[in-house]
Amino acid sequence: MDVFAPLQWLADWITYDLVGLSPEGKAGPALDFFLYDVPKVLLLLAVVIFVVAIIRSFFPPERTRTMLSHSRLYAGNVSAALLGIVTPFCSCSAVPLFIGFVESGVPLGVTFSFLVASPMVNEVAIILLFGLFGWKIAALYVVSGLFIAITSGIIIGKLGLESWVEEYVYQIRMGDAAELPEQSWPERFAYARGYVAEIVGKVWPYVVVGIGIGAVMHGYIPDDFLVQYAGPDNPFAVPLAVLVGVPLYSNAAGVIPLVSVLTEKGMAMGTVLAFMMAVVGLSLPEAIILRKVLKPKLIGVYFGINSIGIVAVGYLFNAVLH
Amino acid sequence: MLIKILGSGCANCRKLEELARKAVGELGIDATVEKVTGYPEIMAFGIISTPGLVIDDVVKLSGRVPAYDQVKRLIAEAR
Repeated sequence: MDVFAPLQWLADWITYDLVGLSPEGKAGPALDFFLYDVPKVLLLLAVVIFVVAIIRSFFPPERTRTMLSHSRLYAGNVSAALLGIVTPFCSCSAVPLFIGFVESGVPLGVTFSFLVASPMVNEVAIILLFGLFGWKIAALYVVSGLFIAITSGIIIGKLGLESWVEEYVYQIRMGDAAELPEQSWPERFAYARGYVAEIVGKVWPYVVVGIGIGAVMHGYIPDDFLVQYAGPDNPFAVPLAVLVGVPLYSNAAGVIPLVSVLTEKGMAMGTVLAFMMAVVGLSLPEAIILRKVLKPKLIGVYFGINSIGIVAVGYLFNAVLH
Repeated sequence: MLIKILGSGCANCRKLEELARKAVGELGIDATVEKVTGYPEIMAFGIISTPGLVIDDVVKLSGRVPAYDQVKRLIAEAR
């Protein structure tokens, strides 16, 4: 059963009965789409972000670091990518986190698997993909994100690029790990409520604008309009989508409703997934922040490997999914 | 009392500083709130995620902006 059926009913009622538009026209389906998708996406966001915040309260980065210290290539990369999903991480903490990982003996390649997975396999992106494309696409996204994170970490580990990290990082000595008391349940709930308010408060305008543009396209642009430009037969669509995605960092919430309509109009699924990954995973602000600890060459390698991985995933799914 | 806010100056750190100052004001405590922004100094406290809340050199919180009540309680308890 579709749990969102009441929302669809309400959107239909407002559009076709209250406003009196025709389902055959262009404005009707556009308004209906908007009125259904906005509350659906915001509800999904609120519920899942709350649950994710509770889960994350059990995985402070300090604990993740202890789990990963002295881990080995391969197994360490897999654990780091998985922990990247559940460990709360904001790009403003990227520098202390990186130094802390390196200082406690987490291998460089394993650290990178974490740094790649953490923003890319992000809850907002997953929820929106799930809500607008269904669980199969959301699962494909998670699996390919993890695969890229694991592989790029292994490659960076194999290349032995430790000397491309700024020297001062190796000189910092951390204080004794602070013994923080375990959070109580009321604290976790209070935090999760605050976190939902913060994230939803931040992304809702993007969601509304993204779905609004999507709704107009849904109603007014003919289906299959994009097939010739962004369909599976255009070999340049994937790299182009990645290039366009990079400067859109942190706007996953506005971009996903838009791409769901682009898909409907003929953009290939692999291209959509690559675009999404570029939006959340290849972040210029994060690269600038990481410049404090990484030499430019290493930032180049990090971005290069990720871009290649994302483009490869795009081509793969364009070939496999039809 | 000396309250330190650990963080390089991102939005979360400013938010936590605001909460700490508000709590100090409401509790009427004689306390100094200062920011610690250098990475070596932040990491000397043994945390790897910011913002951090340190009261009289004891780390009370790291990696999140807690609800205001919790900040207030932590400061009141440390008195």
